[in-house]
Amino acid sequence: MLTELWNDAEGGFHPASAPDFLPRTALQEVQLRRLRAVVARAYQNVELFRSRMDERGLTPASIQSLQDIQHLPFTVKTDLRDTYPFGLFASPMSDVVRLHASSGTTGKPIVVAYTREDVEVWSEVMARTFASCGLHRGDILQNAFGYGLFTGGLGAHYGGETLGATVIPISGGNTDRQIMLIRDFNVTALCCTPSYFTHMIERARELGIDLRDLSLRIGIFGAEPWTDGMRHHIEAEAGIKAYDIYGLSEIIGPGVASECSAQDGLHVFEDHFYPEIIDPDTGEALPDGEEGELVLTTLSKKAMPMIRYRTRDITRLITEPCSCGRTIRRMRRVGRRSDDMFIIRGVNVFPSQVEAALMAVEGTLPHYQIILTRAGGLDRIAVEVEVTPEVFSDKIRGLEDIRARLAQSIERILGIRVDLRLVEPRTIARSEGKAKRVIDRRNEG
Amino acid sequence: MKLQQLSLFLENRPGRLEAPLAAIAAEGINILTLSLADTAQFGILRLIVRDWEKAKRILEQAGWVVNLTEVVAVDVLDRPGGLAGALRILEDANLNVEYMYAFSLRRDDKAILIFRFEDPDRAIQVLLDQGLHVVDGDELMTFVS
Amino acid sequence: MWDRAAETQPRAEREALQLERLRAQVARAARVPFYRDLFTHRGIGPHSIRSLADIRRLPFTTKDDMRRQHPFGLLAVPRRELARIHGSSGTTGKPTFVGYTAQDLATWSDLCARFLVAGGLRPEHTAQVAFGYGLFTGGFGLHYGIEKVGAAVIPVAAGNTRRQIEIMRDLDPEVLICTPSYALTIADTAREMGMDPHALPIRFGHFGGEPWTEDMRREIEDQLDIQAFNNYGLSEVIGPGVSGECPARSGMHIQEDHFLVECLDPETLEPVPEGEPGELVITALTREAMPMIRYRTRDIARLDRSPCTCGRTTMRMSRIAGRTDDMLIIRGVNVFPSQIEEALLRVEGTTPHYLIEVSRPGTLDEVHVKVEIHPEIFSDRMDRMQALCDRIGREIHTVAGIRAHVDLVEPRSIERFVGKAKRVLDKRGLTDC
Repeated sequence: MLTELWNDAEGGFHPASAPDFLPRTALQEVQLRRLRAVVARAYQNVELFRSRMDERGLTPASIQSLQDIQHLPFTVKTDLRDTYPFGLFASPMSDVVRLHASSGTTGKPIVVAYTREDVEVWSEVMARTFASCGLHRGDILQNAFGYGLFTGGLGAHYGGETLGATVIPISGGNTDRQIMLIRDFNVTALCCTPSYFTHMIERARELGIDLRDLSLRIGIFGAEPWTDGMRHHIEAEAGIKAYDIYGLSEIIGPGVASECSAQDGLHVFEDHFYPEIIDPDTGEALPDGEEGELVLTTLSKKAMPMIRYRTRDITRLITEPCSCGRTIRRMRRVGRRSDDMFIIRGVNVFPSQVEAALMAVEGTLPHYQIILTRAGGLDRIAVEVEVTPEVFSDKIRGLEDIRARLAQSIERILGIRVDLRLVEPRTIARSEGKAKRVIDRRNEG
Repeated sequence: MKLQQLSLFLENRPGRLEAPLAAIAAEGINILTLSLADTAQFGILRLIVRDWEKAKRILEQAGWVVNLTEVVAVDVLDRPGGLAGALRILEDANLNVEYMYAFSLRRDDKAILIFRFEDPDRAIQVLLDQGLHVVDGDELMTFVS
Repeated sequence: MWDRAAETQPRAEREALQLERLRAQVARAARVPFYRDLFTHRGIGPHSIRSLADIRRLPFTTKDDMRRQHPFGLLAVPRRELARIHGSSGTTGKPTFVGYTAQDLATWSDLCARFLVAGGLRPEHTAQVAFGYGLFTGGFGLHYGIEKVGAAVIPVAAGNTRRQIEIMRDLDPEVLICTPSYALTIADTAREMGMDPHALPIRFGHFGGEPWTEDMRREIEDQLDIQAFNNYGLSEVIGPGVSGECPARSGMHIQEDHFLVECLDPETLEPVPEGEPGELVITALTREAMPMIRYRTRDIARLDRSPCTCGRTTMRMSRIAGRTDDMLIIRGVNVFPSQIEEALLRVEGTTPHYLIEVSRPGTLDEVHVKVEIHPEIFSDRMDRMQALCDRIGREIHTVAGIRAHVDLVEPRSIERFVGKAKRVLDKRGLTDC
């Protein structure tokens, strides 16, 4: 098999990676052809997109060059919520083979759909991700991204399978077992959130295991922002090379962009995802190299094409050629956002979701504050809620009960456990104007 | 200056509180004061008794798990602000109260505060330095007899 | 039918296929040092298998063997050929893991597709998978089976029931995949949310991962207004897909072209008379990565060779009527009392006077681990006592993979028995065979 031939040797070249190395002009031809097709598909099948095109007097024929993408309307996260569940589908359900979902900004879910071809593209871009991080057939990949509706787990799973690696689908959690598996199965590559891996490093040390002595050589990290400082720490403490990957479920999941051996920016898989950088305030496209909000268009998605999706992630594109030889452009790692979303253990959280959860229990919104900390390498989220006379009970169990109900309500919407603390009235600082709802202490000390 | 407090583990179900109290009552041991902390599932009964060694023996023989803890008793005037004054001193000295309970004396106009500190010796020093009256075991017995 | 040729193959023809595959499998197993030694010791090899009855000349494989051969000792292919590694649920101390080649995964998907289609799944359907994904084989087997059929998968995984129901209401899946007890939880929770469970879009349910009864089937079908199908499998031989029900729903059709199933007396290891309950012993005929020879499942069931009205010619097995060991299945997770004991020992100072109480107060299994308090772990401070409970709970979760309520109880309140301590009180009443 061709795959085996190419992909066996260390540093081998995986055939799936071929588009990474296309000459720019050939790549742009592919992009334009696919852009026109996807715009036509979205125009024909998605009411919201068609009406926005019509309002601007645009038809699919208006796309004559890649630059013409700037005339197209944006898609934003609330569009997914407002058209939930099937409003943005461009394929009939009979062609859909997968649905993923996540909580929208107000706790109301959003859903994304995939045809068989979409799943194949997804598997391919994830295989290209792993290949560009130096994995090949014969590698044993421990996938500690969470499986389920979150796209991280299954995205990495299918990518590892397509690459021909051995996949251990351990999912998140149970750190002792994660470490035991790395050791017992001579795991060579691992993917998870960077904060979870730093926790794994600490736990391994407590167990008297030095990860540097094990066969692990590559870490593929994503789903939350991290820094070069964390990379140096991880690489030194675990004796591995650590790579950053990028993606979002609205576009496809992980597999939108990945670092390569140069570890200097993330290559965007431009043959499937067209990147633009805009000024988040004006919506105007910014010149190459300037920092702004990343906007992505899916060039080959069938079930749910996204046209000019505003990611809210702030970055910039690097146009200089990369030393690895890939011709697809790179983006800088994402450090911040143009909205109030934060990411905890790979889960995207909007303060408005927490509010919706608290409202659901008490009927009114209590004073609350979200506190993010990092202990032992693990991100923790605490929600402090002021006790009101209505909820106070002189019995400890009464308070325990309300605490548990608030915590469960938040877990239901966010999908993660929070440390819910009842605090005395008026202990949460009130500030003039907008209340400060999130205190992020993760990068202190 | 420190007092010996007995604490007992109890399951939180009907009748569990009565049993240990009956056991020590049967031996003629009187309870000076007690407090009960509860969760949905279990409780911790804390007791100050006159003859704690005997009480502990009786309870242990009857099968309870009994802990001995050193607590500190302070007497304050039984009037508004009495407790608050004592607590302010502790707060100023950055002494954390693990838990506390209190009772009033029938005669006298005093209230007794029972404190559990992580470091009782340091707490006693602070209280004494600030002019509070720390009550030891013998004195406490004279108050209540 | 998903694979009419295989599922309705005349019995004599299938037996010839089984014999051919068994001989090939014995040859493959002989590449594994563990089996090679056993075969050599008994002086047997592929040539010894002249009829299917000769399977009785082959040695058994047990869970302990798997543990002793951890991690790669039972592999019959080079490690690089492995496409997937799964594990049995549970422990850090006593893991059992199974490897799959790409071909094994293709076979597995196909076997799951067979019982899913037998139980109503069609390519135009949407199926909600509420089994846990991860090392556990349940979620993945069904996930790939549904994908193979061409239906849409909603990989919700386990937990967060209200959200499951919202997704169900909004995305209109026709098929639900989970444990049977979880199906009842979904019905209950829907009512709590003010919804009529009959109004949910689900029409078919495929349930497995834990023992259940005909009464539970009726309850599930009444409450959700669906048809409920049972399936069986275990990760040691492949995962779900060993057998599954057809529309007749009187026993689960064993995929005999891939599994040779014996029903033995667990004491004498002799076959029980046809139709009598015995321990299932399974030989995987086509597994490449790990050719399991006569795996002792510890599951008790009955076999039925009589023809089925559905037209399938395969032998059927009854529901699982019990176990020959002390393993518990809690919300689909296999748990051994020894794992709870290990967790308690990890918490410093806790000597094991404990009792595992399993109940099903509503629809979901609930585990209470009662731990007797003793002087070394008692504190007068409430925060420390609660921290102790939390720590024990965390260790149990780490070791056994389940969330248990930890009840601290008074000394000597757990009944002592002469001889073997009774560690488990199972109040669920789960079998009716």
